[in-house]
Amino acid sequence: MTGPKLIDPYGVPPGADPRGALQSITFDLDQTEGDAVNKMKSTHLEPFPDPVLEVPDELERSVIISSVDYLLNWARKSSVFPLQSGLACCSFEMISAAMARFDLARFGMEALRASPRQADLLIVAGTLTWKMAVPLRRLYDQMAEPRWVISMGVCATSGGPYYQSYSVVPGVNHIMPVDVYVPGCPPRPDSLLYGIMQLHDKIRRYSVTGQAAGQV
Amino acid sequence: MTTVWSGKALAEAIEEFAPGSVQGSSGTDVWLKAESISVVCEGLKQRPEFKFDLLNSLTAVDYIDHYEVVYHLTSLPMNASAVLKSRVGMGRTEPSVPSVVSIWRGADYQEREVWDLMGIRFDGHPNHKRIMLWEGFPGHPLRKDYVTYDQSIVTSIPEISKNAGSDE
Repeated sequence: MTGPKLIDPYGVPPGADPRGALQSITFDLDQTEGDAVNKMKSTHLEPFPDPVLEVPDELERSVIISSVDYLLNWARKSSVFPLQSGLACCSFEMISAAMARFDLARFGMEALRASPRQADLLIVAGTLTWKMAVPLRRLYDQMAEPRWVISMGVCATSGGPYYQSYSVVPGVNHIMPVDVYVPGCPPRPDSLLYGIMQLHDKIRRYSVTGQAAGQV
Repeated sequence: MTTVWSGKALAEAIEEFAPGSVQGSSGTDVWLKAESISVVCEGLKQRPEFKFDLLNSLTAVDYIDHYEVVYHLTSLPMNASAVLKSRVGMGRTEPSVPSVVSIWRGADYQEREVWDLMGIRFDGHPNHKRIMLWEGFPGHPLRKDYVTYDQSIVTSIPEISKNAGSDE
């Protein structure tokens, strides 16, 4: 029994490729992409250590920071521009946090930048799949230092409901160092704002010497 | 209200223009032989008594000892719907069915999704590759014998094979 004549819907003449006519055009790109994903999946097995700023106890209440640090950190923390990178449902809470009701602009985060070159903060808002991990790592690499990362929601933090899934990264700290984790599924905009204020507090403790402010 | 073709009536109607293509029918389902899917689907779309011009969904089920491809069809002119099924990969061999992309364009991504997640090959598909997972991903994760925790394929699990009952 013979089937009806196959009309190629793409307008690509049926070639000799048994996997389909378009394969000869697109397969190399897919192969390159898949290789990059597999490489990332097989090499990013351990999480990055969290960049924690340890302030010794004896300095906790008697922190001395220079005026340069103070000015620089004040400027940095007052103009943290986040990258507009929503991955899943958390991004709607992020968008909501930027809108009039919660109003990120109060904290000097006036605009969600569309380019990583203009952004200081990467809010990983949502489930990070291995296929998306390669572009996201590239975005992170394109951001100018100093740069910060907020992991928003349980999916980004540990995989959440997709923990041990075949396609989901078990925590975005496998891909890049994370400064602040915001729990929730998804976190309310208030939670994100609190996480951002924690980040401001963290930025305030940086020192131009590359150490935590107050450390000798 | 949409009329749903009963499996028996649809099987008889299919047998009229494509003899020997029906394996059985039950309820609203018709089971087709895999090799005659493209002929039957072409007839169901073109013939004036059916005019099934819309493929609602194309999906697949893993019944452990075989796979089943399911086609949900709707005829907008006749206000009717039908369900076609086909058992493939008996004995857990690598399954393949003819592609229906040339009949319904909407089958394109759905066939790629079924290939990606269930591993059923669609012969004649113009762009037969994964759609969600990346190229080079090991295995097809919606199969019952896919094991996620070590990211690898186990070809036979004794517990699953033992419990494989006759669920039809």
